[in-house]
Amino acid sequence: MSQDMTVGQKASQKAIAEVKAYIDAQRQKTLLRFITCGSVDDGKSTLIGRLLFESKLLFDDQLENLKNVSKKLGTQGDDIDFALLVDGLAAEREQGITIDVAYRFFNTEQRKFIVIDTPGHEQYTRNMATGASQADLAVLMVDARQGLTTQTKRHAYIVQALGVKHIVVAINKMDLVDYGQDRFDELVENFRTFSQKIDMEAFTAIPMSALKGDNVLEASGHMDWYTGPTLMQHLNTVSVADEVAEKPFRMPVQWVNRPDLDFRGFAGRVVSGSLKVGDKITSMPSGKTSKLARVYTVDGDLDEVLAGQSVTLCLEDEIDASRGDILCAGDANLPQQSDNFHVKILWMSEQKLRVGRTFRMKIGAHTVNASVTQTKHVIDVNTLQHISAETLELNEIGECIVRTERPICFEPYANNREMGGFILIDKITNATMAMGLIADAHSGADLDQRTQELTIDRAARADQKRQVPLTVWFTGLKRSGKTYIANALERKLFARGCHSFILDPGNVLPGMSEDLDFESSDQIENVRRVAHMSKLMNDAGLIVMTCFTSPLSFERRMARRIIGTENFLEIHMDTPIEISLAQDSQGYFEKARRGEIKNVAGIDMRFEPPKAADLTFSLRKHSPEDAADIILAKLTEMGVLGG
Amino acid sequence: MNTLSHLDVLEAEAIHIMREVVAEVENPVMMYSVGKDSAVMLHLALKAFAPGKLPFPLLHVDTGFKFREMIAFRDQMQKDYGFDLIVHQNQDGLDAGINPFDHGSDVHTNIMKTEGLKQALDAGGFDAAFGGARRDEEATRAKERVFSFRTKTHGWDPKNQRPELWSLYNAHKNIGESIRVFPMSNWTEFDVWQYIYEQNIPIVPLYLAAKRPVVERDGVLIMVDDDRLPLRDGEIPMQKMVRFRTLGCYPLTGAVESKAATLPEIIQETLVARVSERSGRMIDHDQAASMEKKKREGYF
Ligand SMILES: Nc1nc2c(ncn2[C@@H]2O[C@H](COP(=O)(O)OP(=O)(O)OP(=O)(O)O)[C@@H](O)[C@H]2O)c(=O)[nH]1
Ligand SMILES: [Mg+2]
Repeated sequence: MSQDMTVGQKASQKAIAEVKAYIDAQRQKTLLRFITCGSVDDGKSTLIGRLLFESKLLFDDQLENLKNVSKKLGTQGDDIDFALLVDGLAAEREQGITIDVAYRFFNTEQRKFIVIDTPGHEQYTRNMATGASQADLAVLMVDARQGLTTQTKRHAYIVQALGVKHIVVAINKMDLVDYGQDRFDELVENFRTFSQKIDMEAFTAIPMSALKGDNVLEASGHMDWYTGPTLMQHLNTVSVADEVAEKPFRMPVQWVNRPDLDFRGFAGRVVSGSLKVGDKITSMPSGKTSKLARVYTVDGDLDEVLAGQSVTLCLEDEIDASRGDILCAGDANLPQQSDNFHVKILWMSEQKLRVGRTFRMKIGAHTVNASVTQTKHVIDVNTLQHISAETLELNEIGECIVRTERPICFEPYANNREMGGFILIDKITNATMAMGLIADAHSGADLDQRTQELTIDRAARADQKRQVPLTVWFTGLKRSGKTYIANALERKLFARGCHSFILDPGNVLPGMSEDLDFESSDQIENVRRVAHMSKLMNDAGLIVMTCFTSPLSFERRMARRIIGTENFLEIHMDTPIEISLAQDSQGYFEKARRGEIKNVAGIDMRFEPPKAADLTFSLRKHSPEDAADIILAKLTEMGVLGG
Repeated sequence: MNTLSHLDVLEAEAIHIMREVVAEVENPVMMYSVGKDSAVMLHLALKAFAPGKLPFPLLHVDTGFKFREMIAFRDQMQKDYGFDLIVHQNQDGLDAGINPFDHGSDVHTNIMKTEGLKQALDAGGFDAAFGGARRDEEATRAKERVFSFRTKTHGWDPKNQRPELWSLYNAHKNIGESIRVFPMSNWTEFDVWQYIYEQNIPIVPLYLAAKRPVVERDGVLIMVDDDRLPLRDGEIPMQKMVRFRTLGCYPLTGAVESKAATLPEIIQETLVARVSERSGRMIDHDQAASMEKKKREGYF
């Protein structure tokens, strides 16, 4: 027994020493994240499978499983289909294509690698972009037989725009072109021509067969004419030095850590630069300055923070910074501020871009309302021509103007990724609609918005009708009584000789908004149009009633802004949903419940009740006549109805 | 110039993700399975929010067949760190006497784990749940986003994942949807062990080799953790030096024979391992593409 223990202890001591040495060696290793990209079927997934296989990183059970599945699907006869190692989804295996990004891990003596396999299909470009946004290096695959396709160029364009530092052009399937040098040289030349047009500074070209393993790990025996590195040699030696370390210190405040009155720490990840205790700091956008007092960690304070670290910083002075603000080094060279930008956008939704629609824009830890006010052009990735466009469709890349509701701090994406990259989020479906790269601030005023001089103005028109025009904006769930009450009100107005009009789905949807899809965020676009139409009718001297659900408070804020606060009366129909359901003769809610109609407020979408409506009614408590009388009294009190 | 090591980068990334969730969602919870990945995830969370308390509770879905040592360890950790702990068991399943022996591993896992989890998330009204899953575990996980959305019925739609750009996470969800968040997506099994070793993170002793009573079944060593395990004809528990690479329900988790009784020895064994850690989980052997199917149904 005691002998056993000594042997065990010895083994353990030996293990400890070995593991220590090993772990020290691991500590020296750098991390490289790379993607494979390029056209459909160029061999991206096969390459990754081959890399994993040849690096002996597959476990026996994984290999066994791979053999079984390969046989079952029969994609490579009785041979192993390496693509199946990464194409893990049932749909991918059935169709033999990659649909979404896969992340795989391997390491060599020199490095740790995270390899991101991306789909080649144009339909899944947004997934490719997801991978590319996280990569330091891109392996762009080209099928030696096919040459450069539109999709190859699209991916080259995207990795270049996103600032992926290193590009490898892998001319694959060399086995199918007799390992010929001429073909390789020709394709490299083609790519060079294209790369210059997109300002790509450099790339490394490697002839390869992912399937057979030529120039993947080992130098190929079939291509003596090629003397450059194999893919793996290149991956092992390419520089990973990151210039963000050298840039000015920036840390977006993610979260304020305030466990008690004595501690107040700003938590976040340093996106660039470094900072030492005692260094001066400016919080943007407030411009308040202080000094770094301490860097808190559970294992004791640090005296310096570096780019890439997630930290908790305490400042010398009680300055008020909150989520989304940016802590910056010193007081010079600070990020710019603007509410108007030149941007490059990759549109990622099946629903095309609508100019003017409000989105949430997330940049760093900051979220702000924003809209694309103009699309300048889309880029034809094949010819690189700029084509003027009113919109962007799925997977199109365009240059646009974006305006934010409030000014934000930023830096051009080319200078600092995390300070200039953003996403647009749909306000209704919450989907991520686009990725964007800020080029620079835009000085505005190129929108041609001359106001037309009218000889008869709004006041004159109103006087003639002996009323003060305004918009009565009804908001509430479907079947809550908006149109019902608006009609009762209009009858009373009409009887008094007032000039009015009702805008209701019944007269708006078939015409003005017939191009909109009401099961999507087009609802917001409709509200925008109705608000503008109301404003024009008010200008014409009319009293307008609108009857649209307008479930989100920002939509109503937008309408109020367009129409003008002084002309805007908000009426909230707060009828309990049971009563609305009872009114639902067309089975609208029932269909929504069954999921046949989407984005119906109160069913699968939230309704944000107004916090301060001018009047609130419920069909439970008010008859339409009573409600109309109350509104009439309110209008009289406001002096709208004249004498 | 000081550069961050591989593990420093992974740590910073995980902490960033956790803080993002706390800043953007209303009611998060952290899944705590008591295993090594949970241990690392908890450690990262304590770092992320220190000196404050964890701004969310931990949730353990107890199937009733967890190793006894896991339960003891869980309660000890709670004592030591003082986090809020919710332990949930599927009462319907208990009442129906669901167990892996009579009902099979699939039914047992589905009712006691998957359904139990859904119940607990619904009961707590949690809109985001942290999980310790890693992309290196298997091919379906390798496809999953860090912020992974679930429908009202907790199902996963792998063909319809949101793009996830840079480290800008979109945490806005529709009514009834919830989010699974995987802060350790980019860690490997080896990273986890290295981090445990470097940071001295407490783990359940079952990961270390010791003499334990086991029986061999269909080529897998099953530990006789209590007398609920019905012994088959001729089966006599033997004392063997074994450890576990992954922990779950004891009747469904295979042990490996090993002399690695210390962390360095485990790391050494991991380095030369020829089978993946998941091969010890019997539930994954049930059918090909089983994980995708389970996840569609609401398995974490
Ligand atoms: N002859 C030959 N065939 C190859 C080579 N590389 C890949 N292939 C074959 O090309 C086909 C497509 O390979 P994949 O790896 O799935 O292609 P992919 O680029 O990942 O395709 P998507 O992800 O769907 O865009 C498979 O049948 C591969 O076996 C190669 O070097 N030589
Ligand atoms: Mg592929």
